[in-house]
Amino acid sequence: MTETFYEVMRRQGITRRSFIKFCSLTAASLGLAPSFVPRIAHAMESKPRTPVIWLHGLECTCCSESFIRSAHPLAKDVVLSMLSLDYDDTLMAAAGHQAEAIIAEIKQKYKGNYILAVEGNPPLNEDGMFCIHGGRPFVEVLKETAADAKAVIAWGACASWGCVQAAKPNPTRATPIDKVISGKPIIKVPGCPPIAEVMTGVVTYMLTFDKIPELDRQGRPKMFYGQRIHDKCYRRPHFDAGQFVEAWDDEAARKGYCLYKMGCKGPTTYNACSTTRWNGGVSFPIQSGHGCIGCSEDGFWDKGSFYDRVTGINSFGVEANADQVGAAAAGVVGAAVVAHAAVSAIKRGRMDQTNGNK
Amino acid sequence: MLSAQDMQEAAAHGRTVKAIYVYEAPVRLWHWVNAVAITVLAISGYFIGSPLPSMPGEASEHFIMGYIRFAHFAAGYILLVGFLGRIYWAFVGNHHARQLFKLPLSNRKWWSEVLFELRWYLFLEPDPKKYVGHNPLAQLSMFFMVTLTMVFMICTGFALYGEGAQAGSWSHVLFSSWVIPLFGQSQDVHTWHHLGMWVMVLFVMMHVYAAVREDIMSRQSMVSTMLSGWRLFKDDRP
Repeated sequence: MTETFYEVMRRQGITRRSFIKFCSLTAASLGLAPSFVPRIAHAMESKPRTPVIWLHGLECTCCSESFIRSAHPLAKDVVLSMLSLDYDDTLMAAAGHQAEAIIAEIKQKYKGNYILAVEGNPPLNEDGMFCIHGGRPFVEVLKETAADAKAVIAWGACASWGCVQAAKPNPTRATPIDKVISGKPIIKVPGCPPIAEVMTGVVTYMLTFDKIPELDRQGRPKMFYGQRIHDKCYRRPHFDAGQFVEAWDDEAARKGYCLYKMGCKGPTTYNACSTTRWNGGVSFPIQSGHGCIGCSEDGFWDKGSFYDRVTGINSFGVEANADQVGAAAAGVVGAAVVAHAAVSAIKRGRMDQTNGNK
Repeated sequence: MLSAQDMQEAAAHGRTVKAIYVYEAPVRLWHWVNAVAITVLAISGYFIGSPLPSMPGEASEHFIMGYIRFAHFAAGYILLVGFLGRIYWAFVGNHHARQLFKLPLSNRKWWSEVLFELRWYLFLEPDPKKYVGHNPLAQLSMFFMVTLTMVFMICTGFALYGEGAQAGSWSHVLFSSWVIPLFGQSQDVHTWHHLGMWVMVLFVMMHVYAAVREDIMSRQSMVSTMLSGWRLFKDDRP
């Protein structure tokens, strides 16, 4: 029988005390009441580990890089073991036919009972030939592996929205996985990359409660993507006070004022950066002086410059934003009104003349 | 008191004036409340997108962005309540009150009058026609630039408001929950909301110009009608 999480932890040299701490921290990070701590502990002690297949499509591996840096107390040894990460071609020792055999084995042995985690997305142009997995187009492997999965996790902006490879003009037709996989619950964990603790948090929730976390309309877990960066930003008081950084080297930048005018996308980005932060809670982009680029939002590459507040509308074929378009239209209409008024006045003058002559 | 000369002058230009009561009090009140609300919304909205120069000193000493946003949200609520009241009045008011919401698209005569008005504005018609309510061209532009634009601005505006009010708030449930996914992401909603503001600005420019011009050049009163409710006709010709 597969080992339970607890057995794995003990084998890794984790004390019971540390294990209970981990359960409390997990409960807290998932926003659960203290009464859930024993339930998490019980689940981890008794449940066999759910196998996870981690596939890589068109991606840059930043999700994996983020994930293995989860600063959660036991991340390095336990979270990876806890996952029973049976297949991950980037991390696993096996290679070639040996590795591919594992997918087939899990599909057969745990039919309808394993979790498929997808990093990256499948390109669909040229029959998917832009991304080859084990000698076959990735899209085929993805569909096949998803068919018997219990649930699918879309790691990062690539799998969730498409990210940079799907940015205009998207030459390979990179497509988010929810457009390719049907009939399976898909949990989107967007971000480029997603926050490590958010990734482990989602996995822990699913393994502990045997169900997927509550999702919003766009398929993201509400617990981590329910609020904007702006809502919990520690620089928010400067925003409300109207104190903004106007240039990267000005006094306001040194004082840590709001980066709104520098194009910070915090007000339009749903993620947990301003609360969870990065690298074990050390910092996050805004804290280190750069605005949010909105990496967890759909199509963030195509929303104009990262440094514009009012973003560009490239559909008009020229570099313009809403204000420039509007002001240009207002100028044209204004000029037309003046010209029209002038002609009207002349016409009226002439009419008065003819009437006067009568 | 009119002097003898005034009387003489009045007699020379004298004519009988026919008047019809067109805009009932709630419609006129709505018009002017709306005018104020839209002005506040456009100015405060512009400064939300392009904030004023940075304030010096401590954050606790200022709340300028907070006040600007408050003005925007308060005016937005007034616009919404007014619009709902106006829809109600379209049902219970006189038939002119329905012009903003219903276009007689199958009426051939109406379409020919739209063309006539276009020709009038292109100086191709020497003499304007008389209308009791809006002329057909005005009605058409009001339907698209006021009614539809306002619906659009209310939906996108309260969707953005609901993001700040957070999940569970009425505006989030009614608007944010479907508007944001519909556009793809919040930034797009901001951009479109911004463009909607400019549509309104264009409308106001044309509306004010046309109203003043018609007041002078047409055969009926315009500006004062929205104050008193009475449409006065300057001549007796049909």
